[in-house]
Amino acid sequence: MKRYTDMEYLRLSKGRKFLYKIAAFFCAIPRGLKNFFLGIVRAVVNFFKSIGREFADIFTTFVKGDWKTKLSYFVMGFGNIARGQILRGLLFLLFEAVFIVYMIVAGAKWLSMLPSLGKVGPHEVYNPVLDQYTTEYGDNSFKILLYGVLTIFFIIAFIYTWRVNIRQNKLSEQIIKSGKPLKSGRDDLRSLVDDNFHRTLLALPLTGILIFTVMPIIFMILVAFTNYSGINDGYANNLFTWVGLDNFNTLLAWEGAGNVYSATFGEILSWTLIWAFFATFTNYFLGMFVAMMINKKGIRLKKLWRTILVLTIAIPQFISLLYVSKMFDKNGIINGLLSDLGIISQNIDFWGSTAHNALLPRVMVIVINIWIGIPYLMLIATGILMNIPADLYESAKIDGAGGWKQFSKITLPYMLFITGPYLLTSFTGNMNNFNVIYLLTGGKPINAAASSAAGSAGYTDLLITWLFKITTGEGAKYYMASVIGILVFVVVAVISLVVYNLLPSIKNEEDFQ
Amino acid sequence: MSKQREEAQAVMKRHMGLKASARISNTVIHIVLVLMAIIWLVPFVCIVLQSFRTETNPDGTRVTWMVPYIVPKKWGLDNYVNLFKSDFKDWYLNTFIIALVVAAVQTFIVLCMSYTLSRFRFKLRKGLMQFMLILGMFPGMLTMIILYRVLKDLGLTEAHAVPGLILVYVASSGMGYYVSKGFFDTIPKTLDEAARVDGASRAQVLFKIILPLAKPIVIYTVLTAFMAPWGDFVFARYIAFGDSSGMNAAVGLWKWLTQDMINLRYTMFCAGGVVVAIPVAVLFMCLQKYYVEGVTGGAVKG
Repeated sequence: MKRYTDMEYLRLSKGRKFLYKIAAFFCAIPRGLKNFFLGIVRAVVNFFKSIGREFADIFTTFVKGDWKTKLSYFVMGFGNIARGQILRGLLFLLFEAVFIVYMIVAGAKWLSMLPSLGKVGPHEVYNPVLDQYTTEYGDNSFKILLYGVLTIFFIIAFIYTWRVNIRQNKLSEQIIKSGKPLKSGRDDLRSLVDDNFHRTLLALPLTGILIFTVMPIIFMILVAFTNYSGINDGYANNLFTWVGLDNFNTLLAWEGAGNVYSATFGEILSWTLIWAFFATFTNYFLGMFVAMMINKKGIRLKKLWRTILVLTIAIPQFISLLYVSKMFDKNGIINGLLSDLGIISQNIDFWGSTAHNALLPRVMVIVINIWIGIPYLMLIATGILMNIPADLYESAKIDGAGGWKQFSKITLPYMLFITGPYLLTSFTGNMNNFNVIYLLTGGKPINAAASSAAGSAGYTDLLITWLFKITTGEGAKYYMASVIGILVFVVVAVISLVVYNLLPSIKNEEDFQ
Repeated sequence: MSKQREEAQAVMKRHMGLKASARISNTVIHIVLVLMAIIWLVPFVCIVLQSFRTETNPDGTRVTWMVPYIVPKKWGLDNYVNLFKSDFKDWYLNTFIIALVVAAVQTFIVLCMSYTLSRFRFKLRKGLMQFMLILGMFPGMLTMIILYRVLKDLGLTEAHAVPGLILVYVASSGMGYYVSKGFFDTIPKTLDEAARVDGASRAQVLFKIILPLAKPIVIYTVLTAFMAPWGDFVFARYIAFGDSSGMNAAVGLWKWLTQDMINLRYTMFCAGGVVVAIPVAVLFMCLQKYYVEGVTGGAVKG
């Protein structure tokens, strides 16, 4: 593609300018991707380099260190205690003791079972006393996977602590050589509310995130490579085991047994993207439009209009959405009203029941989402519109710009510039907008071709509601859900990366301070 | 001379025209706004009206199902009376307890997180923020599958779902630090530095200087932390489903609208919806100002 200089660009006609911008956008994608992958390669290289440095440092510290340091390689915290830092030393020692005891008692067992995820499933055993067969339970694949992952985490934590312990010995030796006193336990405690205050503050939030987000995500990524499901639940019915990439093959296969899945996946993915696009941009522009209407000079009762709209934010979505979905029911209020007024003779099936009328429910969810979404955008747009300097409009008026010109040349660019990142997050948020879809339609109308195999997916199902359906009920297929979850992540991550690299308004966070 | 006057008249005319057109456009806008207000209010008006509907069939049974008209033919408080005789009172209490505890703990966690990320420059800070950004791209529902099973093993699902739900809502709340970090970023750092020079510790700076200034964001955080579990459906559907006594209001009322319950419970659902909506709606309307500040700030800073 030919690149224009600034002067050449300004000389282009309006249409050409627009085309040029679009072309530039797409031409920037490969570059963005290239930078991204180069970044990854660089990060990997740096990672290995730093590991090499660590090993070198561990080795030299051992060779050059005194006997206290050398002993600390085996008895963690010994150096600290011997040099008078009792508190630190005891903490190190305690950690090592706990680690060793855990590994002997349980950790080694879980680790050794991790490759097979258990060998003995539930089986019938003859009980001579009762003279009947009773079920005896064997291994628990779920626990093996869970505790196996936890044990690996623990080992990593141990290695890290061991490394810190060595580094501390090296530091203390240096400090003692320079003749300064070492920090006492009391100093350490005091620093927790002062220099190290950030560690105190972050301890609780990060622990929560680690246990309730990071761990489950790692676990679920692993589940995508197993056959964990309602039938293979790993304990009561059958064990589950590793299946490699089979699940990905099933979901992405174009022919063969997995065809139903891949066709359903393709259909739902494309609807998810269409939905996210319309849900984001209808709300964005209509919300902005409403905000401008309310803020216009000469409009009365501004506060009243705002309050009425904001009511939809104040009332929990599950009430308003459930109720609205019933209002549009085939026997609901809207149909009653329309037939009373003589507008329709036959009740309209707004939520559809077959593939025939799948379009209407899809339009309906987008329209009702406007009802839900406009108030948020109205609030956001009002805040931003008030910040646009008034003299911009004044001078535009003097230059003879009409309402539309003012909007397209001042308001819109300003809004887009400021809310670029917000648009991105609301797009990805809409991709995962569970509430609106599930409470309004429940994914219906059901896609007959797909539902036989793939968790009764429907025409308004998003990936996220499909994922939910697959994980509930008797025939739950957790492995499929986690494959879908991973793919949702990939889609969101790619969109975010591409858009984020192209946004004009990536700001330096220090700018605000 | 006359030419000048003509020009002046032309200018006048244009102004008059502008004014007239402005008046017309304002009238149009007013009409649009009134129509919008009606559209936005209709569902809420309907649900309130339906909640007072207490008609009976000729044989004396109650008409508890959906009807295609809005204004009740017979008014009464029966639905509300029956509501508090049903399981609903458990659900309501559960929701209330969950929302209160979550509001308190989550506010604490979010403030810790956002203050730290805004004020301290430590190793791995950028990495931590990027890591949480990436974590946020995974659908949260994915984690529910394992959390449900673990909580079930601990006995924190179904009948005893309340502590389990609190745990789930609170645990990862550190990830939602963006808005309040944006707020802390706007408090000048020179304030901290001045206090540090005077010998205050980091903790004293937070409690004595920053927190008093952060009232708006504290209120915003409490408000959103209260409203989210109050109306949460997804996680509660997972964890509390199966036993009525552990459900929150959202799941319980949702169940009333499923195929086999709707004809018996529709009017009670309306009454329940009103009872659930009123406290949060009032709270929200009172604290609207803070919410708006938080939302606009959050959108501007991304």
